[in-house]
Amino acid sequence: MEIVTSPHVLKPVSITRVMGQVCLALLPGIAVYSWLIGPALLLQLGIASLTALAAEALLLKLRGKPVSPFLMDGSALVTAWLIALTFPPLSPWWLTATGVLFAIVIAKQLYGGLGQNPFNPAMVAFAACIVAFPALMSQWPAQGLSLSFGQQLEVVFGLAPRIDALTAATPLDAMKTALKMDGVHASVQELLANQTLYGTFAGRGWEWVTSAYLLGGLFLLWRRVITWHVPVAFVLGLLLISGLCWSLDPARYADPLFHLFSGGAMLGAFFIATDPVSGCTTPRGKLIFGFGAGALAYLIRVFGAFPDGIAFAVLIMNLCAPLIDLFCQPAVFGKKKEAP
Amino acid sequence: MLQKLFKFKGGVKPAYNKHQSVGTPIATAPLPSRLVIPLHQSIGGTPQPVVAVGDKVLKGQLIGAADGWISAAVHASTSGTVTDIGPYLVPHPSGLSIDCVVIEPDGEERWIERQPLDYRAMAPEAVRTYLQQSGVVGLGGAVFPSHAKLTPSRDVPMEELVINGAECEPWITCDDLIMRERAAEIVSGIGLFRDLLQPKRVLIGIEDNKPEAVAAMKAAVQTAGEPFEVLAVPTLYPAGGAKQLIRVLTGKEIPAAKRSTDLGVQCFNVATAWTAWRAVAHGEPVINRIVTLTGNAGKPRNWEVLIGTPMDQLLPLAEPAPDTDGVIMGGPMMGFLIPAPDVPVIKATNCLIAHSPTLFPPKPPEMPCIRCGECARACPQELQPFELYWWSRARNFGKTQEYSLFDCIECGCCSYVCPAHIPLVQYFRFSKSEIWAREKDKKMAEGAKDRFEFKQYREEREKAEKAEKLAKAAAAQAAKKAAEAAAAAGSEASPAPPADDPEAAKKAAIAAAMARAKAQRAAVQPRNTDSVSPDQAEEIAAIDARRQQAGLEPPAPSPEPAPAAAPDGKEA
Repeated sequence: MEIVTSPHVLKPVSITRVMGQVCLALLPGIAVYSWLIGPALLLQLGIASLTALAAEALLLKLRGKPVSPFLMDGSALVTAWLIALTFPPLSPWWLTATGVLFAIVIAKQLYGGLGQNPFNPAMVAFAACIVAFPALMSQWPAQGLSLSFGQQLEVVFGLAPRIDALTAATPLDAMKTALKMDGVHASVQELLANQTLYGTFAGRGWEWVTSAYLLGGLFLLWRRVITWHVPVAFVLGLLLISGLCWSLDPARYADPLFHLFSGGAMLGAFFIATDPVSGCTTPRGKLIFGFGAGALAYLIRVFGAFPDGIAFAVLIMNLCAPLIDLFCQPAVFGKKKEAP
Repeated sequence: MLQKLFKFKGGVKPAYNKHQSVGTPIATAPLPSRLVIPLHQSIGGTPQPVVAVGDKVLKGQLIGAADGWISAAVHASTSGTVTDIGPYLVPHPSGLSIDCVVIEPDGEERWIERQPLDYRAMAPEAVRTYLQQSGVVGLGGAVFPSHAKLTPSRDVPMEELVINGAECEPWITCDDLIMRERAAEIVSGIGLFRDLLQPKRVLIGIEDNKPEAVAAMKAAVQTAGEPFEVLAVPTLYPAGGAKQLIRVLTGKEIPAAKRSTDLGVQCFNVATAWTAWRAVAHGEPVINRIVTLTGNAGKPRNWEVLIGTPMDQLLPLAEPAPDTDGVIMGGPMMGFLIPAPDVPVIKATNCLIAHSPTLFPPKPPEMPCIRCGECARACPQELQPFELYWWSRARNFGKTQEYSLFDCIECGCCSYVCPAHIPLVQYFRFSKSEIWAREKDKKMAEGAKDRFEFKQYREEREKAEKAEKLAKAAAAQAAKKAAEAAAAAGSEASPAPPADDPEAAKKAAIAAAMARAKAQRAAVQPRNTDSVSPDQAEEIAAIDARRQQAGLEPPAPSPEPAPAAAPDGKEA
């Protein structure tokens, strides 16, 4: 028998609504991204979504959980979309599907499903794939490449050969590789002058994708789906470290603005590091979590071997989240430190 | 004068639904066909009945006398005959039955002799006792005996007296209406509280969605020439929680472990002030209260209702719609569905809401917690409800206490905002009751252990005492025997005198005592089986045989001299 207890009224909110708003907030980014890249991105989103829903349904069934309420909660879709947006858009279909399967099956359902995963599933998938398929995960559409939808379809489904001319590194990755090259003494300023690769303040075109993510993030803040703590701390962490390096040697280190609008920084600050399940929950904890993720992301993307550092930065902070929260518990009503 | 208001963290803004029941003034509910008056109507002790079945009682007559300091008297709500005293179902979430006095009204409403009290000429102690005898309790819902709250702390000077007219729960308007209509008497009652507590300031807090009540109270305060401050506080549930209102008006935060008087502040509900004044100025004990009838009803309104009125005789006044499927007592945030339609109105009944599936749709299924933290942002006690939920589910009650479980005021804000529709408050109630039950068990177990240990100690002591006594007696006897023997044998015989060998004497004494005990037992035993049927005798014999076989006991009817090495020798 169901016990009816107070409160007898509930705010009209649901997890589906929360996840729905996250998806909604991703739309501006998706729109600009697909304008930049072409319909391949939408194709990837479709592949990821279908794989995620199928895997979620199967696993729920295997685990003896009710399928429809959990399938409808929208969390699988958010994971799928984040994977589609962080993987190279011309990845073969099976790479996207593998990433999604890894996220849903291993990182989420095997840990107990919704609300139980200690790590951000999309970032686990990214980390797993970049380690397993480093070459494929680094092949981004070359700047100025224009393929018809048919051609993109052929590339994604392996019907056409993956010729190297099609693909290149991201502007962020290209910058790092160029700066690290021995013998070449190109400064950041000289590299940025390359108008085909770099735009006003970051990678050509990419800067508008990341700006659109920022817009979506502000929407999430306005809708109170996320609080300001993580994004603000993330941006601060990134700005502080990048600003420090840049002020020490502007020829060797790109300016903070470039880093803020390159790669997955904005997506990470507003959509990935804000994942409540795997992140910190206390206000102070969130600040530490965000700051750590932002700072680590910079260190990994500039000094590490990977093209970007968001995934590993977030995963490392996921590891620390429970401990951070333990030490950041806010004082309860009436138990605050009294002024002496 | 501009009073600075403070804020409390969290809070929610549910649909207020107060407009329905404020359109018409308070009306007096008709006399019901019977009154069921629970004896236990306040926090603390249970008053003992002072009337008997068949007694004629007058309106306002004492029927239950307070049985301690934290207890308040209960009175007959009208004149009539006591028809029963016994357990009846009362409005309590657990469907509890407690002792009630049932009165059949005679319809004459004959009062007891009512005497106004010149409380200013009395000692404060006497006024407090008078209020206790008048059954004045907190009518905000907690029904704590008011007299017990009217004693200032000895160490902390009383700074603020907070009067709670916030009424933050949706649907309820009884305090709103009583302030609009009876402000002068409320202000007089507040004056009484002020005189007893001697605070520096008196602050009356009313949510700003009740401008009429604020205006009425301001006017009454001005008319009375009292220096009370009437303050409109922002409408935010639960601003009417005592801790939250005290915070808003004074900036003070009362921790769960402390009384508000420890911080120099005390809080009373406006309706309580009204009843206190009726008791003092008119000699009327608390026999009625204002009840909001609302919800799925055609004619929502506030009624002045006699305590003990069965709810099924009251609710029809509001003309509930046909699809009404229950009644919530209290508000939708903290109230509960009454266990039966005919439970009586009690002093805590501020509101009855006709429940329907349309007004209060069934809750969506519970989903897993995604740790979004909405609950923590909504919690006015600044707790981490999702952590409490986690540990409650895991039944790790130690951890729930680490996360300040007992600071939870069960206001329901966390459940209200939860996107996973988790009945968080229910988990916290469960944890609290489990902890209480365990503490009770622990106390009982400790008591039992103490009793057992004392019993063991006592038995040991008695055994030792008995043995000593027996040994003494045996030694005396042995000495006597030895002396006799010595006398008989003459001077040439030389047996070892017992005095020379105390060890042997002791042994002999013990053997003798055992033999006597055995004989005694043998002598006593048949008495138990004196008058038995042959069948029973046979059975007994069979049992004895089995016992003997098992080596438990030698057969009863063979009183042979006890061997020195008898295994039961230890028993002596």
